[in-house]
Amino acid sequence: MEIKWYIGLALALFCTGIVGVLTRRNSIIIFMCIELMLNAVNLLLVAFSKMHAASALGQTMPNVVSDAQIFVFFIMVVAAAEVSVGLAIIVMLYRNTHSVDVNFLNRLKN
Amino acid sequence: MDPKNIWITFPELITWLPLIAGLIAFMIRKEKTVKLWAILASLLTLGISLASLFYTDHAKYVNLNNVSYYWLQSIGSSFALGLDGMARMLTILTSLCFSLIFIATYKSTYKNLNIFYGLMLLTQCGLMGVFTAMDALVFYFFWELAVIPAYFLCSRWGGEKRIQATFKFFIYTFAGSLLMLVGILYVYTLTGPTANSDHSFSLNAFYAAAGAVKGHGWVFWLFFIAFAIKMPVFPFHTWQPDTYEQAPTATTMVLSGIMVKMGVFALIRWVLPVFPDAVIRFDNIVIGLSVVGMIYASLIAIKQDDLKRFVAYSSIAHIGLMCAAIFTRSEIGLQGVMIQMFSHGINIIGMWVVVDIIEKQTGTRKMSELGGIAHKAPILTLFLVVIALANIALPLTNAFVGEFMMFSSLFTFSIAYAGVALISIILAAVYTLNMVQKVFYGEANTVTGNMRDISWNQKLVLAVLLVLIFMYGVYPQPIFDLTKDTVATILTRIN
Amino acid sequence: MNNVLQMVWLIPVVPLLGFLIVGLGRNYMPKIMTGVFASGTILLAFLISLYVFFNVKSGNTHVAHYFDFINVAALKIGFDFQVDQLTSVFLLIITGVGFLIHVYSTAYMQEEEQKDFNRYFAYLNLFVFSMLLLVLGGNYVIMFIGWEGVGLCSYLLIGYWFKNTSYNNAAKKAFVMNRIGDLGFLLAVFWLIAKVGSVDFHTVFETVPTLFASGKITIVDITGITLLLFVGAMGKSAQIPLYTWLPDAMAGPTPVSALIHAATMVTAGIYMIARSNILYTMAPVSQAVVAIVGLTTAILAATIALKQNDIKKVLAYSTVSQLGYMFLALGVGAYTGAVFHVMTHAFFKALLFLGAGSVIHAMSGEQDIRNMGGLKKYMSITHITFLLACLAIAGMPPFSGFFSKDEILAAAYARSPLLWVVGVGGAVMTAFYMFRLYAMTFLGKFRGTTEQEHHLHESPALITIPLIVLAILAVIGGWIGIPEIFMHGGHRLEAFLAPVFAQSNALTEKHHLSHTTEYMLMGISVGAALVALIFAWSKFNKYQKTTGEETGLGKILANKWYVDELYDTLIVKPVMAISKYFNDIFEKKGIDGFVNGVGKAVNYSSRQIRLLQSGQVGAYVLMMVLGILIFFIIQLFL
Repeated sequence: MEIKWYIGLALALFCTGIVGVLTRRNSIIIFMCIELMLNAVNLLLVAFSKMHAASALGQTMPNVVSDAQIFVFFIMVVAAAEVSVGLAIIVMLYRNTHSVDVNFLNRLKN
Repeated sequence: MDPKNIWITFPELITWLPLIAGLIAFMIRKEKTVKLWAILASLLTLGISLASLFYTDHAKYVNLNNVSYYWLQSIGSSFALGLDGMARMLTILTSLCFSLIFIATYKSTYKNLNIFYGLMLLTQCGLMGVFTAMDALVFYFFWELAVIPAYFLCSRWGGEKRIQATFKFFIYTFAGSLLMLVGILYVYTLTGPTANSDHSFSLNAFYAAAGAVKGHGWVFWLFFIAFAIKMPVFPFHTWQPDTYEQAPTATTMVLSGIMVKMGVFALIRWVLPVFPDAVIRFDNIVIGLSVVGMIYASLIAIKQDDLKRFVAYSSIAHIGLMCAAIFTRSEIGLQGVMIQMFSHGINIIGMWVVVDIIEKQTGTRKMSELGGIAHKAPILTLFLVVIALANIALPLTNAFVGEFMMFSSLFTFSIAYAGVALISIILAAVYTLNMVQKVFYGEANTVTGNMRDISWNQKLVLAVLLVLIFMYGVYPQPIFDLTKDTVATILTRIN
Repeated sequence: MNNVLQMVWLIPVVPLLGFLIVGLGRNYMPKIMTGVFASGTILLAFLISLYVFFNVKSGNTHVAHYFDFINVAALKIGFDFQVDQLTSVFLLIITGVGFLIHVYSTAYMQEEEQKDFNRYFAYLNLFVFSMLLLVLGGNYVIMFIGWEGVGLCSYLLIGYWFKNTSYNNAAKKAFVMNRIGDLGFLLAVFWLIAKVGSVDFHTVFETVPTLFASGKITIVDITGITLLLFVGAMGKSAQIPLYTWLPDAMAGPTPVSALIHAATMVTAGIYMIARSNILYTMAPVSQAVVAIVGLTTAILAATIALKQNDIKKVLAYSTVSQLGYMFLALGVGAYTGAVFHVMTHAFFKALLFLGAGSVIHAMSGEQDIRNMGGLKKYMSITHITFLLACLAIAGMPPFSGFFSKDEILAAAYARSPLLWVVGVGGAVMTAFYMFRLYAMTFLGKFRGTTEQEHHLHESPALITIPLIVLAILAVIGGWIGIPEIFMHGGHRLEAFLAPVFAQSNALTEKHHLSHTTEYMLMGISVGAALVALIFAWSKFNKYQKTTGEETGLGKILANKWYVDELYDTLIVKPVMAISKYFNDIFEKKGIDGFVNGVGKAVNYSSRQIRLLQSGQVGAYVLMMVLGILIFFIIQLFL
């Protein structure tokens, strides 16, 4: 399969994420959209790694091939950490405002 | 004869002594003790700077007059201080002025007296450092050190509109300082390498870089604007009347008596020899600005009603002449500037002392409300009239010698400039005599009816000033001899 | 170098000590002590001057160097005193007349409080010191020190009664006008420094002709220098256009007017030009300017004097007018004549002022001659001395004024008959207004209040003795300058001053008028003046007070040609308007407006940009995305 399909899919996922973040007010959904964007990038990384490394570097340095995919794991770990912190924030937010709407969060004090 | 193993040098002494004294002053709680301490410290500094007069022979006492600490070796900067003729003259002026200021304001009270005096002494340290610095970074360091305590002094102990005025003062001088810093760094990149670094901040390296700086005339303006703001030269002067008006009198004395000289000094030491080509290229612009400023400030001084603003504008007019004379680049002109720096310091401090006395006693500085003081306080009037006459450069007062030489130099440079600039001596007579008349002559009124004559400390200060006014008015030669070496060095660099 | 004249520094130092002691002890010294002490210092200075004079007369001249005043680069200005014939004559005039006026003042100022009395004498001593410095100075700078010094003393003494605002204004006016002159003087000095490199009299006068011959100095330089020096002289010696301060200066005590504003200070300009005679002789244009300005002033001031009613104002304008004659003399190259007139004028004008002072004293401060009259019978000494002085100033032979004025007019005739004609016109007016003054004051019936009449008395001896001494001098003072036609070798002053003007005389060819012409000129001028004198005498002998306003030309003259008003509109008001504009508008709105504008702009923009910080998370994210997009676009397409 050509690379362009992967890119197209990732782009679609990423744009969905952006639009979600920009338009939705529910913080949980915004959170999910961010995850969507992260995963779009992940998808691209895996795809590029497979395609590009296999074609260009595969012959000379076969052991490099899977290196880029390690980044995906990094991202997944960071995303997991982010989720745990982010969800905690959302819970606190809910406790304070009884809502998960981000537009109530326009003040830093109080 | 030069003592080999000396553990301290003159520039160190006169720079660090006020610093230490200032830090100690912060910790003294009793008001009287702080005042006496400040007077003592300033007199001691004065004594040391006067003692340094016996060691002027540069070749003989090079180790006594120069010191260099290990500082930022890797970027080519060392903490170098040195005393040459001009620096010696200005450090004496500084320590003299501080002593006189502390004595003259002995009876004034301020809140948090210890902090006030501590900051004053810190300012003195900064000024001494500026005058003795032999390295551009050190110069910049002290330049800021002198300004920042002054800022606090104005903003904490000033008049009603002090915040606004000091803010203006601070922004102005800080903008200037930053321009200067950029300039210093730029020139630095053009200097030659030293043993430890690619470039150097030392004064001599800057002087040596004059050839390389040649193509970069615009850097001259970075320095010039910084110093023009400090002096101040038209049209960078508007901070001055506001600040003088709002600052506490002791600080105003420092600002006008000495800090103004920082700009003049810096033009001579850091601009003339480093940018000889730019100086020659732009001399007409600078002299033109100065001359316009002289007339402009004199005209404005005529209309002033507030005594402090009056003195401020008259000072701007006098400084304009100094700036113009510097750019004529002649020995007569530069020597005239040298003696005028000294005279201006003396005279303007005298002016402030008188203004302070009047304000303390009557509660107003408005000329229109005053009058008839001559009858109530004849001694004060005598002092003021002499100082006022020195202000308009009457012969046999100190200012005459300087103005005569500066005008003479300006005339040789260009007849037109001299002709226009000389109009200011007429205007000076107009505004000064107006002031004397409004404040001192006429009938006493309710405001001035209760004036008493002056107290012993003010008498002492004014008497010292009077003696100096006449001493250097009749026999100015010692100052010429003192600053001859500096002027010669500068002139060989520029020509 | 051990010339006996090296001690000439004593002459100014003695009055200076007097100033310091009287000034510092003004709260402690009793009046009588001050009077004796202050007069004593001047007497001492006079005696030393006398010694110097005889020493100079025996042929000794000297430049005494004391110390370097300014010694920088090529500029060497020493604190030098120069003693020669010209100086010694002026020394005698200053200390001699000065002494008499000091003595007179002790009686005249008796009613002042002790500390004011002492202040007065301190100033007077300071004035004599400055004036001596002026004439002793061996270079232009030392001369300038004295030059400014006398201006200062004049300021202090005019404003002596400092509670009176109009007196203060007069003092200020005098100082400022003098300063305008000083500007010219200074420019001339700078010009000399730039071209000749020296300000020493002997160096300048010796090198200028050589430099001129070698082309290093052009005629433009010399003309410029001399004209600028003349501007200085205009200020100090009250010539058009800077003369208006002198009549106002009459606000000072009368002896001050006598000493400063008649006898000595105002002649400083004459002294300076006489001193620089060689420069003027080399610049014909300047000479012409000097002569014309002098003559115009002489005439203008004389016309104003015709209509003044204040006794001191009349004398003031007559001083301006006589000074004009002196400048005429300088302008036509009759340097001796100018100095001669300075001398005789010092005698008779000091006498006139002191006499006027005596009258004012007797009249309890009244100065308006319309309220006087008939004082002859009350004050005989004052009356006679005043009459003698009037005859002297009117140029009647054999009084002193005749000889000096005749010499000037003869020299003017030799240059151009037109100058002579106008000059005689001035002399006629002089005779007229002086005898108008005399007649209105001393003749006729007393027109003042009865209280004043009751109080009328002859002044005390301390006032009359100086009057008598001056009267004798006013009569015989001219006899040292008897013209050749009357007595061979009679002009002893000319012979004495010859070395000072030798250089100039060598350059100019002598105009010799035939004896008949000279007699005729003399006859015409004396005759015309005599007619004017008799006319004035008869007209104002029976003067009656009229209430009618002056009309036509009389009104213009009484209002001094409206020159003060003219200056006010043309110079003072515009300067004040500019000053106000700069202060109120240009400074506040212009420069400060710009500076504050920068601050305001920063403030305003930050307030606007702050609105972007809405707190809405969505908005932040949107901006973030937009930012990223912009970067993409830049990266991809630009």
